[in-house]
Amino acid sequence: MSSIPEELSYTKEHEWVAGLDDGLTVTVGITAYAAESLGDVVFVQLPEAGGTIEAGDPVGEVESTKSVSDIYAPVSGEVVEVNQTVVDDPSLVNSDPYGEGWLFRVRIEGAPEELLTAEEYATFTTADS
Amino acid sequence: MSRPTPLREVHESLGATLTDFAGWLMPLRYGSESAEHNAVRTAAGLFDLSHMGEIFVTGPQAGEALDHALVGHLSALEPGRARYTMICAADGGVLDDLIVYRLADEEFMVVANASNYPRVAAELTERSTGFDAEIDDRSDQYALIAVQGPRAQEILATLTDADLVSLKYYAGLPGTVAGAEALIARTGYTGEDGFELFVAAADAVPLWQELTKAGDAYGLRPAGLSARDTLRLEAGMPLYGNELNAGLTPFDAGLGRVVRFDKPGDFVGRAALVPLKDIPPRRRLTGLVARGRRVPRHGYPVVLLTDGTVVGEVTSGAPSQSLGKPIAMAYVDTNVSEGLAVDIRGSHEPVDVVDLPFYRRSK
Repeated sequence: MSSIPEELSYTKEHEWVAGLDDGLTVTVGITAYAAESLGDVVFVQLPEAGGTIEAGDPVGEVESTKSVSDIYAPVSGEVVEVNQTVVDDPSLVNSDPYGEGWLFRVRIEGAPEELLTAEEYATFTTADS
Repeated sequence: MSRPTPLREVHESLGATLTDFAGWLMPLRYGSESAEHNAVRTAAGLFDLSHMGEIFVTGPQAGEALDHALVGHLSALEPGRARYTMICAADGGVLDDLIVYRLADEEFMVVANASNYPRVAAELTERSTGFDAEIDDRSDQYALIAVQGPRAQEILATLTDADLVSLKYYAGLPGTVAGAEALIARTGYTGEDGFELFVAAADAVPLWQELTKAGDAYGLRPAGLSARDTLRLEAGMPLYGNELNAGLTPFDAGLGRVVRFDKPGDFVGRAALVPLKDIPPRRRLTGLVARGRRVPRHGYPVVLLTDGTVVGEVTSGAPSQSLGKPIAMAYVDTNVSEGLAVDIRGSHEPVDVVDLPFYRRSK
């Protein structure tokens, strides 16, 4: 069972969102469950800093040895920062998906989407597997 | 439901990610597939290949029956040697690629791909009508474990008295490995030196465990199908379903050398293949290296950078550990060799044409 930190929010597309409770800017990454399913990540394409994204839209991709998956925007808003370190070293998505492997930060516009709690995401991934 | 191999519980205890492959439940990877790939290139990897089919052809006319059924000249094979060959349909299309081992004068073992061996066994049975030969599909009785990599011989030597040093590439001999009766073959699908061990299904688990123990000091690690696929791709080896299929002849695949028109007698596919042997095919199997980091994958179009004209199609692609760049094999029109790109989900990513294989081991 891969780890699902209690304090984060989640999507059914296997992204995690941090900082939803405290403020306007959230951090987005992909979950340990997703990273394990993908295998070794070799390429990450992220949205451009300064651009605007819409919740639910594909905004990037994560490529592994065997497959490629879209990254979907979990919230709407402006991308204020992207993690250049993970672009240079995509293996961080596998080694530290909730830390150094974060992908981008978004300044939320409007009301945030309904996201899953850790418990709901755990149930979702169990049903999924 | 996918069929498990005799090693399923071993894979589960190792924490493998299991996947369905050709109806079999197989280990895709145990941990990092890149680490597994690198272990095979630098030390050794241990593979469960029990999904492969083992079909025995025995009898006074076993060799003649195979000469008729396959495109190769198997009756000329020395006992103890193996040959890469193919079985074609009457129209020349490739039904499977095979390794045939001659175990004795009147005994051959045909190793077929997991997805194809029931068909291969049925075709062999039908095609051997009129020959004094028996066809027996023993795939269920056999497990196949491979040890591949530069340290493979040292590892195996700790578990067998068999003369591995004299065992040539594409040769096989019966022997005992860790107490189990085995056919020890110097064959593989990784581009490295290595061995394939055909054993009774019941011997698979103890043999795997003995190999694991013996290989520990040499850096042996279990390797899954994901590493197997990137290893064979770097070595430029075709995979049935990707580079080979029933719609292509051996000549289309650039493997016309396996078709032996000089052998005695007729063989299935001969009439269709004869007129093709001197006609250059429209497309050629080509090695591509991507300039960027996005990976060309199976089915993606190969296009001209200038105007996007489709000039080919990718058959296999993956990030290459050995080159540090994405690589692919593709069928590409023979009249173009530069200014190419692969259409990766709508964007044309430049690629360079290179000679196959991408990787060749240093002797």
